[in-house]
Amino acid sequence: MAWWNRTKKNIEDQQQREIPDGLFLKCSGCGYIIYKRELEENLYTCPECSKHARIGSEEYIEILIDAGTWNETDDNMVSTDPLEFVDQHPYSVKLERAQKKTGLNDAIRIGTGSTNGIRIALAVMDFSFVGGSMGSVVGEKFTRAADLARKERMPFVAVTASGGARMMESAISLMQMAKTSVALSQLADARVPYITILTHPTTGGVTASFGMLGDITLAEPGALIGFAGPRVIEQTIKKRLPEGFQQSEFLQDHGFVDHIVHRKELKETLTRVLGLLPVPEVGK
Amino acid sequence: MAKYVLEFEKPIIELEEKIFEMRSMSDQLDIDDEIAVLEEKVERLRGNIYEQLTRWQRVQLARHPERPFTLDYIEMICDDFIELHGDRSFRDDPAIVGGPAQIDGIELVLIGHQKGHDTKENLKRNFGMPNPEGYRKALRLMSLAEKFRLPVVTLIDTPGAYPGIEAEERGQAEAIARNLIEMAGLKTPIVNIVIGEGASGGALGIGMGDRFYMMENTWYSVIAPESCSSILWRSWEYKEQAAEALRLTAWDILELGISDGIIREPVGGAHRDHEAAADEVKNQIVTSLRELKKLSHDELLDQRSARYRKIGVWGTA
Repeated sequence: MAWWNRTKKNIEDQQQREIPDGLFLKCSGCGYIIYKRELEENLYTCPECSKHARIGSEEYIEILIDAGTWNETDDNMVSTDPLEFVDQHPYSVKLERAQKKTGLNDAIRIGTGSTNGIRIALAVMDFSFVGGSMGSVVGEKFTRAADLARKERMPFVAVTASGGARMMESAISLMQMAKTSVALSQLADARVPYITILTHPTTGGVTASFGMLGDITLAEPGALIGFAGPRVIEQTIKKRLPEGFQQSEFLQDHGFVDHIVHRKELKETLTRVLGLLPVPEVGK
Repeated sequence: MAKYVLEFEKPIIELEEKIFEMRSMSDQLDIDDEIAVLEEKVERLRGNIYEQLTRWQRVQLARHPERPFTLDYIEMICDDFIELHGDRSFRDDPAIVGGPAQIDGIELVLIGHQKGHDTKENLKRNFGMPNPEGYRKALRLMSLAEKFRLPVVTLIDTPGAYPGIEAEERGQAEAIARNLIEMAGLKTPIVNIVIGEGASGGALGIGMGDRFYMMENTWYSVIAPESCSSILWRSWEYKEQAAEALRLTAWDILELGISDGIIREPVGGAHRDHEAAADEVKNQIVTSLRELKKLSHDELLDQRSARYRKIGVWGTA
């Protein structure tokens, strides 16, 4: 799903790229024409209709973390294809391609850094890597970030973007929902705040585990957030889904999201939230 | 005689019916030798067929409508059971049942997915696909167990949590996620047994604990083979391949280090002999609860944490 379209239609990979390289871009939400640099300065949100384009983990780290304070860990952790899974293509080939395409080793990045001077542990998912799906690596890295937050008594923040558990690691992926919940249960026992920022899209096993377990749940506007994907629901009930179904605003109306925050206000809101939640000292 | 027969069961069922007929005539005719020959043949056939089932055939057995479901097991293994209804917030979800029970003198809380044996009951039970209120009822029952220091046993048998509009409105994802974090820290023993289908978050939503067993002809996976086929092969036709790739049988899950063992079923599957299947399930429940009773709360939660933390395989680039 492309959120931003080129105004000129002469380049082949138009459909595949979320944020193309053209000089001028057209918002797929309202048709507004925007200069590329202006879009970047606006953190890839439309100045006219506020539509939020999907961005990667690198951008979220830049947005949330004070310059020069990011310390990434376990960035070399990779899936080893434990089931030797093959569908139309081998999983190992898909992994290699995703690694080449994204420059990432899997669909999550973890580390520590400061957000307006407050030291936090951060986990950021990246949808561009196999649909942000959760297998062993995502589960283990998320768990390590939560454990670090617990041991060093710093707030834990997770930015989610995921199609759910990764099919190619089957039951092992399913178990990552259990594993991350164990880590969050222990984090909660230590009374360390856990804040989630749900972005487009967050569905399946990620929503049904750490996505919905924040002490405070923030979401970007217009993000698709749900358990089942819209296509699956339509196939099940054989009806078209209502406008706005499963979007952030829908979830807030139904009581599952605390606050919808424009990307440009994300860092300030997070800082305010963290400022209001006390963190116990180490050993307490 | 069986009403619902799977394709690969047919040769066996046909022979069995023939033996049954011949027996009824054996008063008048001297055909004992012929019967003995046929019995030997059917025995060989059973061995051949059931020892070489493909993963997809196991999935079919797991879905057999004549298998015992949660309430059937409760009827067969509990000295007493009182079903409790409702999540105290929205309504009662008939796709999950549960309540306080007694098995072999042990008090516990028993919770399970509930399918229907026929269309009418399946409509009531939503084919064993819970809505959020089902998971919230289960959580209420687990809290009850914790309060009264009763162990929890869950019987897992679902094609998945229901993917519907209302389920999303009422927070299907939140309901499952909440159960996961609560089960991670529940201060009482939990035993999980897959008695049929174990599909994804819908199964896991009542499926975390200290012991995890699968019956012989059941499956457990992140996604049903048909759905996996439709997404990864972009067609519903590759369900057999998907079932192979997903490694979803009781043996696969044991090999992956996720389960603690396999509960044997009578030859031909649990649907061929409910009482025999129930005996095996009962034995496993009693054995597991006796083991877990010896652990303190801290030991229990430490072991539970370690159990899930160890699952995962990775390398370094």
